[in-house]
Amino acid sequence: MSSTVINQNVVGAQSETLPADNQWPLWEVFTQSEQGAPHEHAGSLHAVDAEQALQNARDVYSRRGGVISLWVIPSGAITASSPSESGPFFDPGADKAYRHPQFYKVPRGVRGV
Amino acid sequence: MPPEDPAQVAAFEARIANGESIEPKDWMPAKYRRQLVRMMSQHAHSEIVGMLPEGNWITRAPSLRRKISLIAKVQDEAGHGLYIYCGTETLGVDRAELIGQLLDGTAKYSSIFNYPTLSWADIGVIGWFVDGAAIVNQTILAKASYGPYARAMIRVCKEENFHKRQGYEIVATLANGTPAQKAMVQDAVNRWWWPSLMMFGPSDTDSPNTAELIRWKVKRKTNDELRQRFVNLTVPQAMAVNLTLPDADMKYNAETENWEFGEIDWEEFNQVIRGNGPCNRERLDARRKAHDDGAWVREAALAHAARERARQSSEAA
Amino acid sequence: MTSPAPSVVPAPPPKPNALLEYLLRLGDDRLILGHRLSEWCGHGPILEEDIALANVSLDLLGQATILLRMAGEVEGQGRTEDALAYFREATQFRNSQLVELPKGDFAFTIARQFLFDVYDVVLLEALTTSSNTELAAIAAKSLKEARYHVRHSGEWMIKLGDGTEESHRRVQTALDSLWLYTSELFATDAVEDELVRAGVAPDLAGLKPKWEALVRDVLQRATLTASNDVPRPASMRGGRSGAHTEHLGHLLAEMQIVARSHPGATW
Repeated sequence: MSSTVINQNVVGAQSETLPADNQWPLWEVFTQSEQGAPHEHAGSLHAVDAEQALQNARDVYSRRGGVISLWVIPSGAITASSPSESGPFFDPGADKAYRHPQFYKVPRGVRGV
Repeated sequence: MPPEDPAQVAAFEARIANGESIEPKDWMPAKYRRQLVRMMSQHAHSEIVGMLPEGNWITRAPSLRRKISLIAKVQDEAGHGLYIYCGTETLGVDRAELIGQLLDGTAKYSSIFNYPTLSWADIGVIGWFVDGAAIVNQTILAKASYGPYARAMIRVCKEENFHKRQGYEIVATLANGTPAQKAMVQDAVNRWWWPSLMMFGPSDTDSPNTAELIRWKVKRKTNDELRQRFVNLTVPQAMAVNLTLPDADMKYNAETENWEFGEIDWEEFNQVIRGNGPCNRERLDARRKAHDDGAWVREAALAHAARERARQSSEAA
Repeated sequence: MTSPAPSVVPAPPPKPNALLEYLLRLGDDRLILGHRLSEWCGHGPILEEDIALANVSLDLLGQATILLRMAGEVEGQGRTEDALAYFREATQFRNSQLVELPKGDFAFTIARQFLFDVYDVVLLEALTTSSNTELAAIAAKSLKEARYHVRHSGEWMIKLGDGTEESHRRVQTALDSLWLYTSELFATDAVEDELVRAGVAPDLAGLKPKWEALVRDVLQRATLTASNDVPRPASMRGGRSGAHTEHLGHLLAEMQIVARSHPGATW
C-alpha cells in the first residue's frame, strides 16, 4: 500500500509529494432499510473522501432501493472486540440473572409491575 | 512456517462442522486463509472479466429495453466483483495487489469468458447458460463457512436471479422469431454449450483440493455434481423453446433421472486456461488498458483528497 | 415582359409539429448521451466509477425511452420509441452536437457530462411548471436524477481540475474544446418560440445566465478557466435541426445495425 507525504504547513505546497496510484482507501458502509430500524453493515468500497464514499455507497449498495439512510466510515476508524478475548469480554453477562425481570417475584394479582 | 497447534486446528474444524461462520478476526489455518483468498479473488476476477463479452454488445443492443437491461446486468457484474474483492480484503490483502495478479496473468478467472460474443443471440445464451451455471454454484456458496464470502454471495444471488431470466427471455424471443433469429440463437447455443459445461471445472478425481475444501465448507458439492445439476435443469429449458443441444450422445436415464451427456474435450479446456483460448489476450489487454488509462484519474483523486485534508487541518490549526 | 404568374401559389411545407420536435430534442439528447456513457462499461478507471457511469447512463436512457414514447404518441403515426431510436437517419435526429461527440478520455467525458448536467438541472427545474402536465411530470421525476448526476460530475470536475498537473491539463483541454458546443443548448428558434408562448417550454435564453453562474462557480473551485463565448452565426444550423457532426452517423451505424438487419423483428 502506498503512503502519502504532504507538507502540511504549506497549503498548495510546491514540494507536495503526490500519492502513488492505488485503489483508494477502504470504507465500510452501513444501511438503514426503514424508519426506526438500526443501520446494518452492508459491505465495503473504495473512495478518496466522504462525499465520494457516500455517492459510491448509494450506487453500489442501494440502487435496488430498500435503503433510506447510509453511513460511511473509513475502515480504519472502526475498533472491534477481539474474538480471543470474547470469553472475559462477553461471558460474565450470561449468569447475572439480577439484570433480568424474571429474577424478581411480585405478589400475584398486583398490576403494572 | 512453524506447524500449527493441532488443538487449534481441531477447534477450528469443530466450529465449521458445527455450522459456525468464520469471521475475519477469528483464528484460521494459514492454508484456509490462502485457499479463500485464491477462491474469492478468482471469483471476483471472473465477474470483472465477465463484463467484457457482454459489454461488447451494449452499443448494438436492438431495442431500448434490451439496451437498458444489458447495461444493468453488466453494472451488476461490476458490483459483484466489488463485493467479492472487498470480502477478500477482509483476509488482509489489498485490492490493488489482487488486480495486479489478474493483470500480470498470474491469477485465474473463469474459462468461459475467453470465448467471443459473435451475435446478439450470444447475449441471451450467456445469460441462460453462464448465469444459470453460476447460480447453481452461488446458491451453495451462500452457505460457505467464511462469513464475508457467504454474505457477499447472498447479495449476489438476489441480484443474479434477473440475469438468467433476462437471458432466457431473449433466447425464447429469438427462438420464436424470424427464421434468421432462430438460426442466430441455435448457432449461439451450438457455440456456448460445451464451454459452459467446462465452466464447472475438471472431474473432481482430477482436483486435488476438493476433499479439504469440502471439509472446510468452502466448497459444498463436487464439480461433477454441479455440472449434472446444471444439465438436468437446462435440457428441458432448451426443449421448451425447440432448441437442440450439440450433443449427439445426450440421453435420459430414467433410473438416475439424469440427462447423461457426451465426453467433454478437456484438451480445449486446458488450452483455454493456459491462455490459448479464443479471447484470452483480448480480455487481459482490455483490462490492462482500462487500468493503465485510469492511473492518472486515480492519482488525481488521491492528490485532490490529500490537498483537501491538508487544507482542513491547517485551517483547524 | 414577365411570364404570367402561376395560377396556384405552391403551398409552403407543413409546419412541423412543435411539440413533437421538442420531445425529439429532449429524448435524443438523453439517448445519445446515455449511449456515449455506456461505452465506458468495463473500461472505467476504477470499479466504483464503472458503476457510477453506468448509473447515469441508465437514468438518461430511461428518460429517453419515456420522452421518445411520448413523441411517438404526439406524432400519431404508430411509431414506438424503438422505431424512433433505431429507424431514423442521422439528419432526423434532434440532439445537440455536444452529446454526440466521442467520449474521449475520462476528463472529456466528465467535462461534457458536467456542462450537460448543469443545463439539465436548470432546464428540468423550469419544465416542472410546463403547461403540458405529462411533460411536467416527466421533468419532476428526471430532475431528481439530474440533481444526483450534477453532484457526481461536479465533484469530479473539482478533483480533476484541482488534482494533478496531468488531470488539470486534460480537463482544461476538454473544456476548451467543448465550450463552443454549449451555445447550441440555449439557441432558440421558431419551435422553441411557439412552445414558450404556449407555456410548454421555458425560455432557453433566460436559463443561460443561471447555467453559466453555476458552471463558473464549479470551474473556479476546480481552478479551471472558462472560455468566453464563441457565438455561432445564426445561419449555422446545428443538431436541433438535424445538422450534426460526422460523429453521429458512426454512432448510429453501430447502435442501429442489429435492429436494421432484421426489420420487423421483435427482440
